[in-house]
Amino acid sequence: MPTRRDFIRSTAATAAALAAGSRLQSAGAAQTLTAPTADPLVLELANEALNAARSAGASYADVRIGRYRRQTIATRERQVSSVRDDESYGLGVRTIVNGSWGFAATSTMTRGGAQSAARDAVALSRAARTVQRHPVELAPTAPVTGVWMTPVRHDPIDIALEEKVALLLATNEAALKVGKVRFVSSGLELLREVKTLVTSEGTNVTQTLIRVGPRFSATAIASGDFQTYEQELAPRGQGWEYVESLDMPSNAERWASIAAEKLTAKSVVAGPYDLILDPTNLWLTIHESIGHPTELDRAIGQEANYAGTSFVAPPEKQIGKLRYGPAFMNVQADRTQEGSLSRVAWDDEGVPADQWLIVEKGIFRDYQTTREQARLIQNLTGVRRSHGCSFAESWNAVQFQRMPNISLLPGERDLTLDDIVSATDRGIFIKNRGSWSIDHQRFNFQFSGQAFYEVRNGKIAGMLRDVAYQSNTPVFWNSLDMIGGKSSYWLGGAFNDGKGEPSQINSVSHGCPPSRFRNVTILNTGRNA
Amino acid sequence: MTREEAKALADRALSFSKADQTRVNITSEWNGNTRFADASITTSGGTTDVTVEVTATIGRRRASASTNALEDASLRRTVELAAQLARLSPEDPEIMPELGQQSYAVVNAYIEDTANLTPAARAGAVRRTIDAAGGGKIFVAGFLNAHVIDVAVATTNGLFAYHRTTDANLAATARTPDGTGSGWASAGSRDWGRIDPATIGRVAARKAESSRDPQAIDPGLYTAVLEPQAVNDLVPLMYLALNARSADEGRSALSKPGGGSKLGERVADERVTLYSDPADPDLLGMPFDVEGFPLKRTTWIEKGILRNLSYTRFWAQKQNAQPTGTTIYSGAANVLGGGLKMIGGTKTTEELIAGCARGVLVTHFFYIRSLEPRTLLYTGLTRDGAFLIENGKIGRPLKNFRWNESPLLMLNRLEEIGRPEPVAAGRHMPALRIRDFNFTSLSDAV
Repeated sequence: MPTRRDFIRSTAATAAALAAGSRLQSAGAAQTLTAPTADPLVLELANEALNAARSAGASYADVRIGRYRRQTIATRERQVSSVRDDESYGLGVRTIVNGSWGFAATSTMTRGGAQSAARDAVALSRAARTVQRHPVELAPTAPVTGVWMTPVRHDPIDIALEEKVALLLATNEAALKVGKVRFVSSGLELLREVKTLVTSEGTNVTQTLIRVGPRFSATAIASGDFQTYEQELAPRGQGWEYVESLDMPSNAERWASIAAEKLTAKSVVAGPYDLILDPTNLWLTIHESIGHPTELDRAIGQEANYAGTSFVAPPEKQIGKLRYGPAFMNVQADRTQEGSLSRVAWDDEGVPADQWLIVEKGIFRDYQTTREQARLIQNLTGVRRSHGCSFAESWNAVQFQRMPNISLLPGERDLTLDDIVSATDRGIFIKNRGSWSIDHQRFNFQFSGQAFYEVRNGKIAGMLRDVAYQSNTPVFWNSLDMIGGKSSYWLGGAFNDGKGEPSQINSVSHGCPPSRFRNVTILNTGRNA
Repeated sequence: MTREEAKALADRALSFSKADQTRVNITSEWNGNTRFADASITTSGGTTDVTVEVTATIGRRRASASTNALEDASLRRTVELAAQLARLSPEDPEIMPELGQQSYAVVNAYIEDTANLTPAARAGAVRRTIDAAGGGKIFVAGFLNAHVIDVAVATTNGLFAYHRTTDANLAATARTPDGTGSGWASAGSRDWGRIDPATIGRVAARKAESSRDPQAIDPGLYTAVLEPQAVNDLVPLMYLALNARSADEGRSALSKPGGGSKLGERVADERVTLYSDPADPDLLGMPFDVEGFPLKRTTWIEKGILRNLSYTRFWAQKQNAQPTGTTIYSGAANVLGGGLKMIGGTKTTEELIAGCARGVLVTHFFYIRSLEPRTLLYTGLTRDGAFLIENGKIGRPLKNFRWNESPLLMLNRLEEIGRPEPVAAGRHMPALRIRDFNFTSLSDAV
């Protein structure tokens, strides 16, 4: 695949190279689409807002103009339950006046609308100044210009609806072949986000981001009982070719049969077990127990009223000191990762995408930061730049610190899942995400899954049900004693991670190999639990 | 957006339609918000947006498209896209015709004080919250949001419905400097004038101070006094089980073993009554759903008996029942549009505490997730103030608990139900005293 650098070109060079409106650089499905340039009207409105903000007294301003196209298709059994196509277009202005933030957004895309939003943002900055202890200071970033697009061969929005519906209905039909499987649902959520950011410091970038989210679940019914199985179909920052590669119609019967098998699975006996987590389950545990606690805004209390704070606080007592897990544990944040959901060329402050270690050799090293946050810990980390974690879900939401892709790196030895099972005398193996819940400082968590298997004497010994594992983050990660290698690494992710007030969603991926944790508490969540 | 402006926009969109039937849903919103932490405003915003969603029906095929660009060319493109998507969709055997004109309950839910909450007024309210909490000596973080929403529904079958509503919410979390105490308070209403920032700040700070140095007690079954906000975290979760179709199809906690639903059966303590009613002055909910179907008073549980389930128009016709309204076209039924209120008691939270020999007082809950749909079992954690009650008095602060509990089954272990209190716009919930609430493990989180 082409590297990120291949897709970052100067605005001038791109304008010269591309014919207006050209989407395919050359014929042939093997080629990725070329990043579109900004619409001239968008740049005109952005500059209008920027000038109005400056005239009203802003010392810094940025303007984001976004056009979001989201298509969702939901099916159940042999019918389509909904088809939607949503378009949202608008402008958001963020300003600093005397060290205070303001933000205003409008869908009135005229020069007057842009000016008015800029003046509103400045008025909000001035009001905020009355309740402010310390002025906002931004870490330096060099102005950038350019265009970028998620590398895709086929934009999912442009694929014919008939093809998408046919894929889902064929998937459901295959699943309904399984006896006792009475209900099946499948769906697609497809997004194209075209976003231009212009700042008063000279940044001017336009990015086209593509994301696809397929889903499948089947419910089997028996007398007085029902069991549902959801396949873990990771959403990705990829094109339609990714959805095709999943071959849902050929796999659906196998997936649905797991729902039926759960009806007769043995209810788990609660107690401590060695736990083997498939990457399809572990990615979410990483998200909740490493991703969220290492957000700097949580650590300094800015999320205290909503998502919560963090046990990885205060920074001066944690950076370089906290032992998160064993010495072979390395956790990397990465907004450049191929196919991942939070991959960009620049974040929503124009900071180039970054890759850095959160946990190195088991020790906590660094947080996730934006420009405002970077200076707060620069003397502890030696890092003066923002790590580029600024993101807003839409033009009408203010950008703030959001999670980049955060992944557990594979071990040095190329161990497989089979190697881990073979080395386990008494354990439980869990696949796919189930119920998940964690406290507001990210200590106590309880996660479930979709398919559970007993491991006895190095072998899978049958299916279990009603399983959840409950632990405490530092205890859990320090119980990690086996980790898979490169060939067993898999990238999961979530489309809708919530944080902030007003609440915003973020899409983020997490990769990991299968891993084993010793002596973890297993609960029985069954009807009589 | 006024009724006249909404009607003109809807008529303009409908005029572009060539489908057999078309529905237009208009949503016009203003949000003014101010967020704060550590005695400083961290972000504040003002946003406006108008969205037009077009649902086209051709024969038995239906699809939707939406846009927030309102000029003719864009509206026409959206109307045509909806029709094109509908033509490409398979026939829907469960499709119901778009509605003609309906009559609706009169609900006056637009309050000027909320709609006019300026950035300066919000900053002033934040200052009062922080000052009442101790003027910056205690860490306070919170959020104030004011919201105006105008919605309209119009169909080519002659329906036009319009409703304008406001809501405001202020919440604050106070944390002690030593990091061992945390408290929270929140208030929400259609009317900003009913929210007192100083009370929010004072209650959050008092809870933070009194929850310092929490102590561990063994997890297990305890009597729990849930404050109204904690009840509001749990009781609305029942809407999933109240879906008639899921219950009839054997995949809900309100399904009866052997088939059918538990309609008419006792599902909760006889003191429990739960209803939705947009016209209730305490709720001021939406008088219609997205299809323009009128929402009326619906009693879900009456004195412990399951009286109603939530029926889409299709499922109601199939089961010979009355539809209760839906919120989304896909047919999923939802009880929340008309607000939610639980009644049955007259006592205050303090009286419920006074009547408790030994138990756990819960401020509110966090990170609630489904564990087992067959019993409506959920897991979650206590947050921002859990206290031991001994001999009718609030005693020492407790470490937070994780719990695994069913909001449905717990209503069968009711010791006492309080009087309904406002907890958010469209929600009135009482405090509850529940026997044998299942606290399963300890959390180190403060």
